[in-house]
Amino acid sequence: MNSIWVGVLGASAIAFFWKYLGHSIPEKYLQNARMLRINALIPIALLSALVGVQTFGQKSELVVDQRLAGVAVALIALILKAPYFIVVISAAATSAFIYSLR
Amino acid sequence: MFRATATQSLSVSLTVGLYGAAFGAAGVAAGFSILQTCLLSLLTFSGASQFAVVGIMGSGGSALSAIATAALLGLRNGLYGLRMAPVLRVRGAKRVLAAHVTIDESTGVAIGQEDLGEDAMRQGFWFTGLGVFLFWNLFTLAGALGAQAMGNPSAWGLDAAVPAAFLGLVWPRLLGNFERTLAISALTLAVLLTPLLPAGLPIIATVLLAITFGWKVRK
Repeated sequence: MNSIWVGVLGASAIAFFWKYLGHSIPEKYLQNARMLRINALIPIALLSALVGVQTFGQKSELVVDQRLAGVAVALIALILKAPYFIVVISAAATSAFIYSLR
Repeated sequence: MFRATATQSLSVSLTVGLYGAAFGAAGVAAGFSILQTCLLSLLTFSGASQFAVVGIMGSGGSALSAIATAALLGLRNGLYGLRMAPVLRVRGAKRVLAAHVTIDESTGVAIGQEDLGEDAMRQGFWFTGLGVFLFWNLFTLAGALGAQAMGNPSAWGLDAAVPAAFLGLVWPRLLGNFERTLAISALTLAVLLTPLLPAGLPIIATVLLAITFGWKVRK
C-alpha cells in the first residue's frame, strides 16, 4: 500500500473518530474554557499556514510565481464579498492567464 | 416538515456541494487517483481536512503529517457532535450516520433553527448533512474527471485554486484583529519554516501559535 492510501484511509479514520466521539461523550466532560478557545483558533492557524505554503512553496523552496497573482485576486474577490466558487474560479483564471504568458 | 428550514438546507447543500468540484480537481492535480480523491470525499467528508491531505501530500509531505493536520482540522467536528447529540438523541447505526454527517454546515443550519424548536433543528441537521454529502460527492467526482481531462494543472490555474480555496475557508473566521493577527502570523511562520522543515511540519507547527493566542482570556 503506498503512502497516498495511508493518508486517505488514516485521515478518514481519524475524521470519523472525532465525530463519533463527540456524539458519544456527555457534554459535561468538555467544558474547559481554555480548550474551547484554542480549539476555535486551531483551524485559523492551520488554514492560514496552508494558504502561505500552497502559494509560495515549491517542494522545500520558496518561489513567487503565477499562484501569488491568483491568490491576490481571490483576496480581492473575498473583500468584495464574492461567493466561494467565484473566489476559487477567479484565482484559477488569473493564475492560468499569467502561466500562459510565460 | 419546516419549509423555510428545508429551503435553507437545500441552498446550503447545493452551494457547498459545488466546492466539491474544486476539491476533486485539486485531488487529481496533486497526484491522487480519481478513486482516492472520491474516497476522501466519501469517507473523510470534511472539506478542510481533505484539502489538507491532498495539499500536503501533493507537495511531498508524509502521510503522517497529512493525517496529523487532517486530525487537527477535524477536531471541531467532535465539538459539533457534542452539541448535536442531545438534540438528535440517536443510537446504533443512526448515530454512526449522524456522526458521519456532523460538519460545519449541518450543525450551522441546525443551530440556526433554535427558535423553531428541536424538531426543526433535527430536520435542519439531517437535510443539510445528507444533502451536502450527496452533492459534495457528486461534484468531487465531476471535478476529478474534469481535472484528469485537463492535463497540466498549472495551465488551468489549479495550482492557485488550492490556496484560494484555503483562503476562502479561513476568511469567514477572521472576525476581528485578534483572528487576523493570528492568521497573518501563522501564514508567515509556515512560509519561513518551509525551507527548514520537511513538508507538512511547517503547517502543524502553527498549532503552537493557536495555543499561545488562545491561552489567555482576551480583554
